[in-house]
Amino acid sequence: MTRLLDVNNLTLQFDTDEGRITAVDDVSFTLEAGEVMGLVGESGSGKSVTAKSIMKLNASNAHYGEKTDIKLHLEDGTIDVMSLKTNKELQVVRGGAISLIFQEPMASFAPAITIGDQMVEQLMIHTDMNAKRAKEVSIEMLDRVGISDAGTRFKQYAFELSGGMRQRAMIAMALSTKPKLLIADEPTTALDVTIQAQVIDLMKDLVKDFGMGIIFITHDLGVIAQTADKVAVMYLGRLIEQGAVRDVIRNPAHPYTKGLIDALPSLDDLDTPLTPIPGDIPSPLERPTGCVFNTRCSANLGEVCSTKVPTFSAVTEGHNVACHLYNGEGAK
Amino acid sequence: MTDDVLIKARDLSVHFPLAGGGLFGEKPVVKAVEGVNLDIAKGSFFGLVGESGSGKTTLGRACLKAAPITRGTVEYSDEDVTYELTSMDKTQEKDYRKRSQLIFQDPYAALSPRMTVRDIIAEPLEVMGLTSSREETDERVREIAAKCRLNLEHLRRFPHAFSGGQRQRISIARALVSRPHFVVADESVAALDVSIQADVLNLLKEIQTEMGLTFLFISHDLSVVAHVCDHVAVMYLGRLVETAPTRELFAAPRHPYTKALLSAIPSLDPDDPKVAQKLEGEIPSPTNPPPGCKFQTRCPFATDICRKDEPKLEHSSTGHEVACHHWQDLLD
Repeated sequence: MTRLLDVNNLTLQFDTDEGRITAVDDVSFTLEAGEVMGLVGESGSGKSVTAKSIMKLNASNAHYGEKTDIKLHLEDGTIDVMSLKTNKELQVVRGGAISLIFQEPMASFAPAITIGDQMVEQLMIHTDMNAKRAKEVSIEMLDRVGISDAGTRFKQYAFELSGGMRQRAMIAMALSTKPKLLIADEPTTALDVTIQAQVIDLMKDLVKDFGMGIIFITHDLGVIAQTADKVAVMYLGRLIEQGAVRDVIRNPAHPYTKGLIDALPSLDDLDTPLTPIPGDIPSPLERPTGCVFNTRCSANLGEVCSTKVPTFSAVTEGHNVACHLYNGEGAK
Repeated sequence: MTDDVLIKARDLSVHFPLAGGGLFGEKPVVKAVEGVNLDIAKGSFFGLVGESGSGKTTLGRACLKAAPITRGTVEYSDEDVTYELTSMDKTQEKDYRKRSQLIFQDPYAALSPRMTVRDIIAEPLEVMGLTSSREETDERVREIAAKCRLNLEHLRRFPHAFSGGQRQRISIARALVSRPHFVVADESVAALDVSIQADVLNLLKEIQTEMGLTFLFISHDLSVVAHVCDHVAVMYLGRLVETAPTRELFAAPRHPYTKALLSAIPSLDPDDPKVAQKLEGEIPSPTNPPPGCKFQTRCPFATDICRKDEPKLEHSSTGHEVACHHWQDLLD
């Protein structure tokens, strides 16, 4: 496999009325071409802003940390995302080599422009196709994602399509430029389960055919288990565990990951009562010192957890966890 | 649990007229709920599941007399009174409002940002005139707040200071302060993160047992319903297609739609071999439902009779009813 993306020491802060808050804190990960990485976390964990940082898409009150280094490796060279400044330069990553699928398909299409015009427009911006060719490619893509009667749909507006169909059209649009990296931000969360199952199948097929890398953001571990090759778990802006999907889901190491899995209502076992993680996510203005999870952690070791930030140590090969329970052994 | 029925709906239909329609033609109507027969036993936790657009929210509201009932009857009877919802007079209706309550989906939208938590919880008592003095009101508020695990400090604050899970606990306290007999919880955990969802579900269950309430729990999430409910009804396009005790329904679903819904839930096991069938297409528009069985357009087993005649709910085993022409042929 070839390396597609290196994210090193990503730190991101936002200026708000209440002060500067840290949304992402020293996050590093890599992605290979053709690999699907699931980025899991609850609301406020920083998973969306992490993904948006790869396209430098965060709002103007965002401050990237000095050590932040994001490199995208393409066939014709490596792009240093942090060094891109003007909109013209950023087009390479925004819609060019990277495409983004949003959660709410209704809000992501312009309501007064037909689906087709929007697809053609972005193809003409990001590729050297002419309008005629762009239209052919767009209809072909709509057909490819399972929209019947693609020629008619091409001429319709977003409100004329159902939720599932809109999300398919969104996927068709995102993939028509043949991106190397696809960021899917909760692409199935707004959909009903039967439609979600269809969209997941579709995305699996497309990865096989196109061989691109995908960052799949979701809070649903079931969806991750069915789609991803590897998983990264985030909590309050920090990456706390990452590894192959089977390792993380079957043998979660971090108390937070364990808690997440225990809190899920499982259909196989209706007798065990649900176990919530005690407490609530702290406000980003009151980030705990030391390990960010120490205020809710059932395995809290005391002082070390509330003062010292845990570093990553390996549980098994390729399965890493940032927790003091493992740091002790890792040090030996 | 007794066998007494608290809510008894017969041939319940809710139609909404649409704007437009021809000058001489009939006005088009949306049949949100059509011919539903439903018995909710006293003290039960009754689950209502279905995809968006299936009419589950409308059915829940009709049981509260918060949606216009077009045809049919809903009878409410507790220890003290029996009401026929379609023919209540003003005094009875006022009294029914005290006996029945609704918990909303979005705890961010449901609470007034300008009122303290104490005032939010006390408002129903004051509006309904259930208490005669401020001391009494405070007493009732403190009592229910303690049950919902809110402390006295919380009561002085405004909703913005609370997280999603805490806000939902405030909504629950507000709904329960008038000591209702019947509570409709409409997607009450859908907006919450999994770690907190488990906490709110446990709380609802606890309170229900303690106060002897009857819940109508509306949700699109089958695994949540499986864990908290003791009886489940499945809706599709305004009709009940299957109803059964929870364990029975999840162990031996009879209707092809229920089977498909269950199989569409992504499994936490990455190697789970999905054998079950996937549904094609999407839920048809309720303005223009297909003839015969409403599910025939997506059903893999549909035959001629399904396209002509609408199936009635049939008794299949104790407490288990299914509306399908072919359920007997589909037994494994």
